[in-house]
Amino acid sequence: MKTFALFLEKLLLTPSRNQKIAYMVQYFREAPDPDRGYALAVLTGGLSLQNVKPKLLKDIVLEKIDEELFQMSYDYVGDLAETIALIWPDHGGKALPTLSGLIDELASVAPDKLPTIIAGHLSGATATERWAIIKLATGNLRIGVSARLAKTALAEFGGKTLDEIEHLWHGMECPYLDLFAWLDGRAEAPQVHRHRMFHPLMLAHALDEEKDLGGMNPADWQAEWKWDGIRVQLGLGEGEKAMYSRTGDNIAHSFPDLMKTLNGRAVLDGELLAGRGFEPMSFNALQQRLNRKKPGQQMQRDYPVFVRLYDMLFDGDEDIRGLPLHERRVRLERWLAANPNPQMDISSILSFHSWQELAEIRVRGAEEQGHEGLMLKRRDSVYKQGRPKGLWFKWKRDALLIDAILMYAQRGHGKRSSYYSDYTFGVWKGNDIVPVGKAYFGFTDEELRELDRWVRNHTVERFGPVREVEKQLVFEVAFDSVQPSTRHKAGLALRFPRINRIRWDKPAQQADTLENVGKFVRQ
Amino acid sequence: MDILRHDLYIGPAGAYIDPHFPVEKALITHAHGDHAIRGHKHVLATQDTIGIMKQRYGEDAAKSWQPVAYGEKTKLGSLTVSFHPAGHILGSAQILLESPKQRIVVSGDYKRGFDAGIAAFEPVPCDIFVTEATFGLPVFQHPDPLAEAQKLAHSLAKFQQQSHLIAVYALGKAQRLISLLRAAGYDAPIYLHGAMVGMCNYYQQRGVELGDLRRPVDASKEELKGALVLAPPSALKEVWSRRFSDPITGMASGWMTVKQRVRQRGIELPLVISDHADWNELTQTIRDTDAAEVWVTHGREDALVHWCRKSGLAAKPLRLQGRDEEEEAA
Repeated sequence: MKTFALFLEKLLLTPSRNQKIAYMVQYFREAPDPDRGYALAVLTGGLSLQNVKPKLLKDIVLEKIDEELFQMSYDYVGDLAETIALIWPDHGGKALPTLSGLIDELASVAPDKLPTIIAGHLSGATATERWAIIKLATGNLRIGVSARLAKTALAEFGGKTLDEIEHLWHGMECPYLDLFAWLDGRAEAPQVHRHRMFHPLMLAHALDEEKDLGGMNPADWQAEWKWDGIRVQLGLGEGEKAMYSRTGDNIAHSFPDLMKTLNGRAVLDGELLAGRGFEPMSFNALQQRLNRKKPGQQMQRDYPVFVRLYDMLFDGDEDIRGLPLHERRVRLERWLAANPNPQMDISSILSFHSWQELAEIRVRGAEEQGHEGLMLKRRDSVYKQGRPKGLWFKWKRDALLIDAILMYAQRGHGKRSSYYSDYTFGVWKGNDIVPVGKAYFGFTDEELRELDRWVRNHTVERFGPVREVEKQLVFEVAFDSVQPSTRHKAGLALRFPRINRIRWDKPAQQADTLENVGKFVRQ
Repeated sequence: MDILRHDLYIGPAGAYIDPHFPVEKALITHAHGDHAIRGHKHVLATQDTIGIMKQRYGEDAAKSWQPVAYGEKTKLGSLTVSFHPAGHILGSAQILLESPKQRIVVSGDYKRGFDAGIAAFEPVPCDIFVTEATFGLPVFQHPDPLAEAQKLAHSLAKFQQQSHLIAVYALGKAQRLISLLRAAGYDAPIYLHGAMVGMCNYYQQRGVELGDLRRPVDASKEELKGALVLAPPSALKEVWSRRFSDPITGMASGWMTVKQRVRQRGIELPLVISDHADWNELTQTIRDTDAAEVWVTHGREDALVHWCRKSGLAAKPLRLQGRDEEEEAA
């Protein structure tokens, strides 16, 4: 437990992603089974101790500490686990159980004995160990490590790719003994039923019109709209129904309304969209549904979802990834006809004869229907994981551009912590400037140094890590779309903004107005 | 007439304790900027407090200086005044005001733990005890400072390619951290930001052993690899810090107790080393003085006042102006 506590603390305090990975790799290498498996479950959010609730912990600590003093401390610290860890009056320095021993104990002990057991461990621990025990017990880590980062470290530890880990992940269970045996090189890869696995996706390259189109024959290519939802993979069969995001997380629990309609056996590739009657709503609408553990009835009614399929990996139990796209497409259409579903359709194929014609379709689609762009897939392409060259392209519509004025600059993190690298910019609204977004990339290191110097020389006020600057510098900001937003003063929000150019030459008076930006809002 | 007003004005003596505006006569507990300012006519303080004030503000920072030794009794109007060790920084003192009827102790800032070369805190029995409360919440329980210094020494030994850039307050904390490191067996040169140099020199002149101290401007990039560099907290975020490639940043302060705050500040190596009393020291000290009444000057007053009242003591917060001590300093 001592090692695990120090490990968690290091992860919390290291701002660098690579350093976090290095700490995890080291831990997986040094910690014994089953401790490292439990730690992995903790890091990936796959472990929660149902019977240790915050209320219980608070009751335990109030046996020892005056309630008002506790409340004042909690107000100050702002984190329950830390408050309890720090305020605990005993520092016994007794030996603690191992990580796995502690978890097993807390998970199995009778509820009425739990307070005594926990209090005993807290008294035996140091402040950092107490903090780790409470984090562990409540399952709310907040240490800046995502499940994906933990899996990345796992891949690095075992000399595998992240795809190989994701592939097996959903078939594995805590404490992951088979998985570690394989990563240690002591055993073969564990066998997992295909419906319980995430199969790595095939991804597209961005199309470079000048370089790529010349060598491409329109007859070899299939074109579809690029849908503005999230990519999902459905694993159906053997009584399993899983829906994975593109990072391999099973997000089925957020969409019970969709999951209950699914039937048949297959592994399918498609786009999850919000919408009714196969009419997609904005990405914003879908976002209401994402990251919700349990969507309410109201939520399900207001933002219904459907899946627009575009590919098939397994037809029944048959792996068809080696077949060309046009044959997979026929299988997909046949499968959906046999397993009809009111919340599933197929992405239509656009008919075109020349690239010129398709380019016009693309522009019209963007202007009239707000389409993000097109997907181009070679008709004979096999389904290959990763981003193979020359098979799939996304042909996005051109980025939208505005000229905005730098208003505030904030210090960055990690390597950028001595630079003002996060910029809030705004546009004119009458004689005022209102902020419309924030960007922290799109410039070179050299430009960053110049911007940093400019910010330091043009500061009008400081607010902690933020500086307000003279409203003089214009950025050409590129973004993908604009959406109405009640959270921003300007009433709209830019999606995916980045600094396209720094307009050292342009006077702030000539920057865009809010009215201009509003014209980009999709109807 | 009361001996001491709530703004720490001593009526019978016509003098203030630690006033934050220039006055005729000031008694200074210690030389930190939120207690000692320039511009008083007459200053009564320990020799080291006066020495540090002169070094920081110049010889003419006050019109006249009156040094007193710890324990020495001085007549001030109808009162007897004496200075007693507070253990906070070099020269720091508690001030005892005695009349035939009453004893009042103004503690200034204090700590109970060991600090090499600094006279250790002595509890002074009194009727009214005026205390700070910088760490006046029970979540503040400072660990053994030597163990914290060992943590730093350990990191220096382990990551020999990376500079360790540690933020410390220039007066008191810097010298204490160096002493602790030397006690932990770290005998390599320690590099000082310019703001640290004057005070380290003063401590050394007064006989506090700090070992080999150097300036980073005189060192090559190669020498700075794996070296320990001390700087004031503000320098960590400034252009100055860019000369160190890929440094590990740390900070030595009582505030480093709270991990989420450490993270917000981007500190990777927190060292909980404080020159202020923690919660247990505050409450223990109040008991040790046997005071029936406690005034709390600055910090997290509410919790300490609450604790006093629960313990049957009269207590009030003073909420003194000008003591918004920079957090890093503690």
